[in-house]
Amino acid sequence: MPSLKDLRNRIASVTATRKITKAMQMVAAAKLRRAQTAADAARPYAERMGTVLGNLAAGIGDQPGAPKLLVGTGDDQTHLLVVCTAERGLCGGFNSAIAKLARDRANELIGQGKTVKIVCVGRKGHDILKRLFASQIVDFIDFRAVRQVGFEHADQVGAKVRELFEAGEFDVCTLFFSTFKSVVSQIPTARQLIPAEFDGDAADGAGASYEYEPDEEAILAELLPRNISVQIFRALLENAAGEQGARMSAMDNATRNAGDMIDKLTLSYNRQRQAQITKELIEIISGAEAL
Amino acid sequence: MAETLNFELVSPEKLLLSEVVLDVTVPGSEGEFGVFPRHAPFITTLKPGILKVNMANGETREIVVRGGFAEAGPEALTVLAEQATPVEEIDTAALETDIRDASDDVKDASDDEARNKAQARLDQLRELQGLLARR
Repeated sequence: MPSLKDLRNRIASVTATRKITKAMQMVAAAKLRRAQTAADAARPYAERMGTVLGNLAAGIGDQPGAPKLLVGTGDDQTHLLVVCTAERGLCGGFNSAIAKLARDRANELIGQGKTVKIVCVGRKGHDILKRLFASQIVDFIDFRAVRQVGFEHADQVGAKVRELFEAGEFDVCTLFFSTFKSVVSQIPTARQLIPAEFDGDAADGAGASYEYEPDEEAILAELLPRNISVQIFRALLENAAGEQGARMSAMDNATRNAGDMIDKLTLSYNRQRQAQITKELIEIISGAEAL
Repeated sequence: MAETLNFELVSPEKLLLSEVVLDVTVPGSEGEFGVFPRHAPFITTLKPGILKVNMANGETREIVVRGGFAEAGPEALTVLAEQATPVEEIDTAALETDIRDASDDVKDASDDEARNKAQARLDQLRELQGLLARR
């Protein structure tokens, strides 16, 4: 049975914790709004890019000279997994959900006898994956110092991926991130980057016959590398919003739990105090009666 | 009333401009071209240069764009620029640095193809600087 002093100390410490989680929740809510605006603002570019590339790819896809970034190397022996996670923890299952998806995929591929290479973007994913796949991790990029993800950061990752591809280090590249669906729901997602995959709306746009300048191949050759960076940028923004959303709900839970804990502790504190008073009274009274 | 065109200028970070315009002059990689309403469907890459916009309300806007591509159609023009800055806000010092980097690239280029590419980029940047200086 903890003494009255122990209980008092515990109540004080849980109250302090609740203050912190409450503050973190409010900070996350403010950051979430900013991250969401950024994600919304970036959407038109990515969508346009997807449509135009889809049109181009539909026209050029099956020709033998098509760029490798579009059709792949014709092999699928070596897989590169680009795993984007957050830099900080305390956001519920956000990071581990992404890492788990990547881990399952990696195990599945290894089981099929393929070679797996991993690039980690974000410290948390790296922390989780390095325990299992230490030898497979080829690179680790962290944005701990970055406050707001800009296109140049995504481009940095994109450049790394392109460099590895040109060096023939892998055949298929998949990007892992978390799609921001709502504040309470983020869905870990895998998206294939190389060979390029496009959303379904490419087919209907193919009807308009565009004129190209310089020619289709030259434009495609310029756009495909950029598309990789755009996709990564989008993933990073989705992640940023998702991370804040996840942290907000995790901290909301923590605040509520701390509140319950305080109530419980206060109750037992009061009970014990009363029991002690009663005990002292009995001692006094029985002492008086004995005289 | 004159015919109009829906013009959108987008950078990876955000939608910069979405306006009803009369015509737009775009710095295409194969030469500058004007886009008026009822333009034939057309896609081109961009070179660094100045984008001139004549808006339907009579205003004109000039925006420096760096790389990207443009998609023109009969009713709409979309410019996807890698970087876009209004002429008034352009940072000449940053441009200066880029030019220096580009000329270093020309010197360091290992083969002819890389050198030609770097040289072309340097020329484009110089041209842009010239255009800005003349204003």
